[in-house]
Amino acid sequence: MDKLNIDRHISQQYNTALDDLKTEFLELGGIVEQQIVNAVKAITDVDTVLAQEVMTTEKEVDEREMQLDDLCTQIIARRQPTASDLRLVMAISKSTRDLERIGDEANKIAKMAIAISDSEDLPHGFSELRNLGRHVQEIVNDSLTAFARYDIDMALKVVNKDKEIDREYATAMRELITYMMEDPRNISRSMNVIWALRSLERIGDHASNISEQIFYLVKGLDVRHQTPDEMAQQVNKQRK
Amino acid sequence: MNDSVIKEPATPLTAEKSKAKTNVITEENSDAYTTVGQAFSEKAKMSMRDVDVFYGEKQAIYDVNLDIGTNEVVAMIGPSGCGKSTFLRCLNRMNDTIDTCKVTGKFLLEDQDINDKKMDVVPLRARVGMVFQKPNPFPKSIYDNVAYGARIHGLADRKSDLDDIVETSLQKAGLWNEVKDRLQQPGTSLSGGQQQRLCIARTIAVSPEVILMDEPCSALDPIATARIEELIDELSQNYTIAIVTHSMQQAARVSHRTAYFHLGKLIEVNETEKVFTNPDHDLTEAYITGRFG
Repeated sequence: MDKLNIDRHISQQYNTALDDLKTEFLELGGIVEQQIVNAVKAITDVDTVLAQEVMTTEKEVDEREMQLDDLCTQIIARRQPTASDLRLVMAISKSTRDLERIGDEANKIAKMAIAISDSEDLPHGFSELRNLGRHVQEIVNDSLTAFARYDIDMALKVVNKDKEIDREYATAMRELITYMMEDPRNISRSMNVIWALRSLERIGDHASNISEQIFYLVKGLDVRHQTPDEMAQQVNKQRK
Repeated sequence: MNDSVIKEPATPLTAEKSKAKTNVITEENSDAYTTVGQAFSEKAKMSMRDVDVFYGEKQAIYDVNLDIGTNEVVAMIGPSGCGKSTFLRCLNRMNDTIDTCKVTGKFLLEDQDINDKKMDVVPLRARVGMVFQKPNPFPKSIYDNVAYGARIHGLADRKSDLDDIVETSLQKAGLWNEVKDRLQQPGTSLSGGQQQRLCIARTIAVSPEVILMDEPCSALDPIATARIEELIDELSQNYTIAIVTHSMQQAARVSHRTAYFHLGKLIEVNETEKVFTNPDHDLTEAYITGRFG
């Protein structure tokens, strides 16, 4: 595992500033991760109270996003970070946006939970939601752990798992489409579940984006828009 | 990567080697090291090979190999006492003035070895000019400061030719508009930033090929610094520039390639963009990020 030694600056305040930035970022990560768990639980358990809670937390996520942006700006203005420090600030600045978007998607799922609770019949597709929700929450957790540990191997696993999630999403969609075709009365109910599945799939993409930033943070590699194989090749090339 | 910069196969500069060897540089095992990155250039104006410098018994520079490309700006950075100024001063034989200083190695300016004892340093210093840390105008008029070098090198036969040289040089140095109405006033009457630009004009007046700058902005305020940096950028169209600076931000702003010196060794040379975002060597990283080395 690579070490960035962000606590080794001559300036103690600089160490503290970068450490605070990283801690705040990971805290925000923890909050949105919990939002995903709660949102999925709210929809599958038809728990409107929990859904409301997710929607309230969304405000906190937005505030923390702005705070993190401000911290990044402050460090750039006051410290003119270079090399790994610069990459840390840039990676956090970009990944914060992904975390905030994850929060937005969780919020959408919570809204679907409330919409579903209003309808009389429980729609089809809850088990798919539960499974996809669990997998998505896992890769968000993994991407944050990889970030905290500067672990590219783990980051690469997240990108690979996101591809699995895309396939799982496609399968669930096919199933729901078949269900809707069987009886058009199912359509409006199923649409809410489809939106929620779609949000989960998007969350997986954001986790994958965060993992891509870890490649930049640790190795200075820009691996966006690459397949997992290409990413692995680039990393191996640099290790040789 | 810039196409003009190539690796020379004779001297392996792979990152792998550096990881194995260079990360453990101390004063004791000074021999075990190779420079990381892109130290060589396809269109080199100056090529330095196997450079060692001693002050008496004490070795100040260890086996440095570096090219400075034509019309390239190369910045040399490193902590105090790392040898960057010593190295710069070798490039136009300024170290000759120090009795105890012994310089060995090849210093090719195009095809000519300038470290050859037969080399006449006066025309050399016209070809490789130098700008110092503190502005040091002669106690003469602004006009004479710029005209002086051209006169002693016999570059102008008539007064009108000399006038032309003075005007063009002051224009290139971005000072003409500020001083054209008071050319006969003493050079020392100008502000610090203006004096430094006057010194640059004086250097340019003898049509050098290479300009060496030894912390040219360290005595200047940010505005004057910005002017000089802008000037460096313009001058690089016509001249080859090597600049030693303590300000890493300045190196990042003005140079094409950056060379990092540490305890007399050239640790890493790379495209400036790479050095400041993802340096190859841990020592470079530690220095530019302000960490304990």
